[in-house]
Amino acid sequence: MRYAIPLAFGACVLGLWEFLVWAFDVPPFLLPAPSAISVALASDFPSLMASLWTTLRITLLAFGLAVLSGVALAVLFSQSRIIETMLYPYAVVLQVTPVVAIAPLIIIWVGYERINLALLILAWIVAFFPILSNTTLGLRSADHNLIDLFRLYGASNWQILTRLKLPSALPYLLSGMKTSGGLALIGTVVAEYGAGSGTATGLAWRILEAGNRLQIARMFAALALLAGIGVAIFFALSLVEYFALRHWHESAVAKND
Amino acid sequence: MTTVIALRDLERRFKGVRALGPIDLDIAPHEFVSLLGPSGCGKSTALRVIAGLLPPSTGHVAWPKGPLRIGFVFQDPTLMPWATALGNVRLPLDLQGTPRDEATARAGEALTRVGLSGFGNAYPRELSGGMRMRVSIARALIAKPELLLMDEPFAALDDITRQELNDDLLRLWRDDGLTVVFVTHSVAECTYLSTRTVVFTPRPGRIGADIAMSHRPEPDPLYRFTPGFAADAGRLSDALHQAATVAA
Repeated sequence: MRYAIPLAFGACVLGLWEFLVWAFDVPPFLLPAPSAISVALASDFPSLMASLWTTLRITLLAFGLAVLSGVALAVLFSQSRIIETMLYPYAVVLQVTPVVAIAPLIIIWVGYERINLALLILAWIVAFFPILSNTTLGLRSADHNLIDLFRLYGASNWQILTRLKLPSALPYLLSGMKTSGGLALIGTVVAEYGAGSGTATGLAWRILEAGNRLQIARMFAALALLAGIGVAIFFALSLVEYFALRHWHESAVAKND
Repeated sequence: MTTVIALRDLERRFKGVRALGPIDLDIAPHEFVSLLGPSGCGKSTALRVIAGLLPPSTGHVAWPKGPLRIGFVFQDPTLMPWATALGNVRLPLDLQGTPRDEATARAGEALTRVGLSGFGNAYPRELSGGMRMRVSIARALIAKPELLLMDEPFAALDDITRQELNDDLLRLWRDDGLTVVFVTHSVAECTYLSTRTVVFTPRPGRIGADIAMSHRPEPDPLYRFTPGFAADAGRLSDALHQAATVAA
């Protein structure tokens, strides 16, 4: 039922869309029918897939880097209050500055010949912060009595970190990853727009290109693929979260009972 | 009387406000000492200072026979939710670097001793409140403590479970030759379990009375219905009442 209801609703909307386009004879450069979009998707399949792979690869790389660097920095913060006080405000500055505004600068610095690296950096900037802030919060949320207990049994700081603080932070990290995964995709797409057409070859560029040529059906096809990537990332991370927490965390347990 | 722990002129302040003391207290080996008093009277603070989890503001804790191995049981079971019962019980050994097989074997034995054989692979959330507390006690016992510090460990449990655990605790105390310091605000629990009760005055916590129980504690539920029990409980209630009025 959880899947049937939204799917049925989606099918109804698509059917209504198809019918309205046909009934009112809407020109395809304004709103193509779903059938026209699927035709565009099929006929441009190889080039769209190549673009999808470009966008997906940068998204996943940026996401992976964000997770690694975010967790590493959060661990550093948890070990040293001074470093946290010193660096956290700048992490916030990086987060609140719109990525579109930074994009031209990064692209000039990195150079058009290495445009994928520039896109990666931009997507990483967007995806990084939720990992950092959630993991920082999670590392602090370890049960204080358990910390006392670890101390009582002579645990080293390393043991407290690996055996207590990191597991306590896991639910927070996983929730941050769900936000960050979506943001990595958004960051990649925005960066591709920032790079403009001709150099980047991802899905965002396909959308720009098709828009310039008024191939609206192709625009929709690329858009559908982007949405598909976003949904796939979200589902994959939800699965990871479920399997990592199903035995012990209330958020995952509630689905069990 | 030999002394294993001596609190000398011990005080603890929080932000300048005196929460505890000054107190002087000597504890002999194999005693079951209860610290009895109303909530917030500093008895948990005293326990944490003894454990070394809080430094005293003034005074000190002396260990005339050398430092003792300590086991600590909190009011909440304080288990790691991501680890199984076995993983939780094994923790003190894991932290000391005991080989994995030996740690697992000893954790299994400890679980059996608290009546939880067969629950080793259960996660804390799959266990009842009483069972979680048993896991917590097994964890405290596995490092073979000489001194067991317990901070209102059964306060959150239902009465039936609480009485069962009281009896289990007395057996462990008797069989292992432990010294126990037990914080409680229950006169009945105190009377049933202790060889000696230290009554605290409220705010700041000081020693109002130090009373030896007339009966050596045994795991015998019917003892609760004897005149001897009633007399001891009566003495404790009086002392508690007096400690409260002196402070006020």
